[in-house]
Amino acid sequence: MAYDNFTILRSTAVPMPIENVDTDQIIPARFLKATERKGFGDNLFRDWRYNSDNTPKTDFVLNNPIYTGKILVAGKNFGSGSSREHAAWAIYDYGFRCVVSSFFADIFKNNSLNIGILPVQISAEFLDKIFKAIEADPKTEIEVNLPEQSITILATGEKESFDINGYKKHNLMNGFDDIDYLQAMKEEIKAFAANSPY
Amino acid sequence: MSTSPKTLFAKVWDAHVVKSIPDGPDVLLIDRHFIHEVTSPVAFLGLETRGLSVLFPEKTFATADHNTPTINQHLPVADPLSANQLKALETNTAKYGISHWGLGNPKNGIVHVVGPENGITLPGMTIVCGDSHTSTHGAFGAIAFGIGTSEVEMVLSSQCIMQPRPKTMRISVNGKLNKGVLPKDVVLYIISQLTAAGATGYFVEFAGEVFEQMSMEGRMTVCNMSIEMGARGGMIAPDATTFNYIKGREKAPKGEAWEKALDYWKTLHTEAGASFDKEYVFDAANIEPMITFGTNPGMGIGISKNIPVSHESGSGKSSYEKSLNYMGFHEDEPMLGKPVDYVFIGSCTNGRIEDFRAFASIVKGRKKADNVTAWIVPGSHIVEQQIKEEGILDILTEAGFSLRQPGCSACLAMNDDKIPAGKYAVSTSNRNFEGRQGPGARTMLASPLVAAAAAVTGVVTDPRELI
Repeated sequence: MAYDNFTILRSTAVPMPIENVDTDQIIPARFLKATERKGFGDNLFRDWRYNSDNTPKTDFVLNNPIYTGKILVAGKNFGSGSSREHAAWAIYDYGFRCVVSSFFADIFKNNSLNIGILPVQISAEFLDKIFKAIEADPKTEIEVNLPEQSITILATGEKESFDINGYKKHNLMNGFDDIDYLQAMKEEIKAFAANSPY
Repeated sequence: MSTSPKTLFAKVWDAHVVKSIPDGPDVLLIDRHFIHEVTSPVAFLGLETRGLSVLFPEKTFATADHNTPTINQHLPVADPLSANQLKALETNTAKYGISHWGLGNPKNGIVHVVGPENGITLPGMTIVCGDSHTSTHGAFGAIAFGIGTSEVEMVLSSQCIMQPRPKTMRISVNGKLNKGVLPKDVVLYIISQLTAAGATGYFVEFAGEVFEQMSMEGRMTVCNMSIEMGARGGMIAPDATTFNYIKGREKAPKGEAWEKALDYWKTLHTEAGASFDKEYVFDAANIEPMITFGTNPGMGIGISKNIPVSHESGSGKSSYEKSLNYMGFHEDEPMLGKPVDYVFIGSCTNGRIEDFRAFASIVKGRKKADNVTAWIVPGSHIVEQQIKEEGILDILTEAGFSLRQPGCSACLAMNDDKIPAGKYAVSTSNRNFEGRQGPGARTMLASPLVAAAAAVTGVVTDPRELI
């Protein structure tokens, strides 16, 4: 599925200073029954966001109108647990394009990159600075610069660089995906598979 | 090529690299691809949108498990959304010529139970599935891991995925296990020592006497939960135990092909002197029956211990408090004697015959506690059949338990098997996340022996007292 290419994103951010946010919290299993990729954003963080009678939980950050933006900033080990890509779909569908944390679970990171969400892994210290900046001013803007591989708190100019492999960076900046790449090397794959014992 | 001693992981990985992209991932050939009804429909939709077909349909196997009822499977599935997903799997597999063991098929069951028990899973393979517990198959010396739906589409269309090469970790457990300590306790202990993110970025090899002595069922339980410490996967070198398990299974190689395969499989072990990016060594003597008290699988303790007092600060401290708050527990309280409303035995972690044997060993001659609702769910129809043939069903029935039909069931509560809000469950599954077993459900992960002890006493009980 095609996604919007990613270059420089400048936005306010939504803070979620909770550690070990697992994909069951991002989207509970009972919302995985669809056969199409549609509407998952409505159920993003469903059980943290809504009471059992579907009224919003007022103390949850997504229900606080002060916090908006295309960047989600979360505590360490974000996206652990289930491999459900629906978690990344829900985040994308809700309107986030970038998740910032000091640590990501592997599968979530792969899934995000595959659908055009940029996971930005930064130091625990810089993460803390971002949380504090948003706490002080919820309208704080963050700039995520993919070509430069940097993230900046615009109000203070504080900046940190982040890692991403060159292949994935190229894909994200151009809206390409792995399936395009693999299709182009199908003959090579067939020749390799012909020698497989399985 | 370097001639330095190789790890088991490197041997299997290197044999599957079609191409290494500079400053990028490896293109990895996948030998076996399992699919199920929940994470595959959008991948098939993607194929259609792009006008692609399935490159090697014979390398993909489908089963329905996540979203299936565990009672009255002969009746039409009541939930229209679930029924629609099951139908989509049937239609998609028929369209592309993929083998499908759907609901009602005698081979049906949880994907990570049926793969091994039918000889589809073999040593030295690369195996993926849109399910994080695909790590289970690593018990056979395979590189097996969970993938997302975009990757399912990649494998269907090209039999490859693109993966950065993970770092390697070896976890050795030496010595002999204490009485009442099962493979589940071993892995819960390891996760409690490493934390739920302690192996993120790594592929783990489990080594040492404890795993060498372990059955294939036990090894599957351990590798299954590799993902719960963040690992990409876990694997154990194949040996005589592995070969004996595989021999004669339906899809396993036969005759000359078996001999040839065996020669290759015997080379699949880490060579002396091979190095790992990280190593841990544990002593089996330190492991007692385990139970979790919090909302991630790293929050486990020996069953006789008190809930730890947090020494963290900042978001670590508040996350810990949030977790205990959800569970309705407090620091420094004992776990023994905690009330139990539900007991669940089953899942890809503990839904195999040995697990039901262990459960029955404690239940035998006792009665189910009145306050406990127990869901006993075999991992497959083959396991269900074994339960009946070995007389385990009679023991369960006599003690007041009943057996349900195979499926993932209350492990992720996608079907109707949901623990009600606020209720406590001792569960042999793999995740104690908030709401994992139903909105508001409170999960304590444990072994089949601990589950059995809870089921007959109605509270958290040390199984060693009942053995």
